[in-house]
Amino acid sequence: MRSDKSNHAPLGLKIAAAAGLAFMHLPILLIFLYAFTTEEKTYQFPPPGLTTQWFAVAWSRPDVWAALTLSVKVAAIATAAALVLGTLCAAAVSQTRFFGRETVSLLVILPIALPGIITGIALRSAFSMADIPFSFWTIVLGHATFCIVVVYNNAVARFRRISGSLIEASMDLGADGFQTFRYVILPNIGTALLAGGMLAFALSFDEVIVTTFTAGQQSTLPIWMLEELIRPRQRPVTNVVAMIVVIGTFLPILGAYYLTRDGDQIAGAGK
Amino acid sequence: MTIVAESFVLPERRSTTGRLSDFFWRHPHVLLTVLLGPPLLWLGIVYLGSLFALLLQSFFSIDEFSGLINYEFTLATYRQLLSEANLDIILRTVSMAALVTLVSAFIAFPIAYYAARYARGKWKALFYLAVMLPLWSSYLVKVYAWKLILAKEGILTWLFEKLNLLWLLDAWLALPVVGGNSLSVSYTGTFIVFVYVWMPFMILPIQAALERVPANLIEASSDLGGTPAQTFRHVLFPLALPGIVAGSIFTFSLTLGDYIIPQIVGSSRLFIGQAVYAQQGTAGNIPLAAAFTVVPIVIMGAYLWMAKRMGAFDAL
Repeated sequence: MRSDKSNHAPLGLKIAAAAGLAFMHLPILLIFLYAFTTEEKTYQFPPPGLTTQWFAVAWSRPDVWAALTLSVKVAAIATAAALVLGTLCAAAVSQTRFFGRETVSLLVILPIALPGIITGIALRSAFSMADIPFSFWTIVLGHATFCIVVVYNNAVARFRRISGSLIEASMDLGADGFQTFRYVILPNIGTALLAGGMLAFALSFDEVIVTTFTAGQQSTLPIWMLEELIRPRQRPVTNVVAMIVVIGTFLPILGAYYLTRDGDQIAGAGK
Repeated sequence: MTIVAESFVLPERRSTTGRLSDFFWRHPHVLLTVLLGPPLLWLGIVYLGSLFALLLQSFFSIDEFSGLINYEFTLATYRQLLSEANLDIILRTVSMAALVTLVSAFIAFPIAYYAARYARGKWKALFYLAVMLPLWSSYLVKVYAWKLILAKEGILTWLFEKLNLLWLLDAWLALPVVGGNSLSVSYTGTFIVFVYVWMPFMILPIQAALERVPANLIEASSDLGGTPAQTFRHVLFPLALPGIVAGSIFTFSLTLGDYIIPQIVGSSRLFIGQAVYAQQGTAGNIPLAAAFTVVPIVIMGAYLWMAKRMGAFDAL
């Protein structure tokens, strides 16, 4: 009889899980409230009044726009590089057998497995040793390095699900390797690549630790925020920017989720 | 006769891409080189190259008078690393990382267990998104949110005041090590933000491990008279352990290398990441900064080796 109960979670578990989720979400919701506060100098709670004027102020700030544009540019190019490199690597690891396959997957994961500060300082000292001046491209170089793994993970998971007989059938019907890639493999991995690309974009758009080491004078949006955090100049503008960043990263994540969820339900049921 | 025999072999493809494709088919290792070459060159040269160059620098030393790097092999920098003040930093960071990992596991477990065992269909998808969104949302925004919360005039003080518990907060802040002027300049604040930012990384690995535990195993345990506590202790926990260890790789490593959180929310006492940042930046002592980065690499190497032996990688 006892096992009848097992489909209902015990109350304690429900409370603990709900409290945990609340702990994860409430602080982010608070950002939305603070974007409307009339208080300029402190983080006073509850806000003395609500206003939408800070959106207009933030909109007319050239430094915010410059940082935003730089972040989008860096993220777009880093994502493109990561898409090419990650897909190539995933294809090699999942479709062929060769000596050192395990090492390759470890090498791809290493840039995010080690703390970001190590990647950052390693790149920085390498740039200064090679006399490469810090520029837009040094930021992109750093970002692409740790974005590869996101694309790689998504692509490898999808490649594993493509049946080998599908590719053989295409070959038997006379398609060459490129045609097979174009008409059989690409449609199958397309959504996984798009999802991986979106996550890579979100990762790059938000990255701060490696960027502080590889950026020269320019500031990406996270660097701009970090400076505001250390030396606040206009808190309400920071609140508005923080809210925009939250929305800006949520959209690609939701998109990536919807692109990959169908596959997960087939392959992920019990792992 | 000859026509039939010939038709078994397809004529060679005429187009360039066709010929290239045939060439790759006959020489699979060339195709492999073409596929693996660019990513390996990138990661090998850009990443491993810089990492190696950095580690090499930890064996150089800095000239105390000129402030220039002395390119001679020496262990002097490591001797400097093991000085009392620096060991203090290492110990503080490692114990913080261990504590953050432990508390993260406590908070993450109920969420993961509920998602793995009771959530179904729509709820399961909702749980997944509810975990993924905070995990992926902006790191700096999360830290910023806590700066708002922990500030002296912020929501937490207000909440304590409304509950008439302000004396409790003041008593806690008066404690020697964990206290401070306000929560946002105390170890307690640093600790809360660390847990908040890295805890989501713990949930999915635990959930993956728990999803592989058959429900009838738990029923069998209670049928045999095990209390819920016994079932947890002897059945559920051992089976979830690889997932917890897998998740702890993230929480531990990420706490170990972070230098932004303790800089924004915390006391002035340094963590490893801040020490690295200060040594390479204002102090200009790249060799010592490099030696400092060796510490997390060695600790994580040992940790990963141990985790692999416990089978934690299957839960990732």
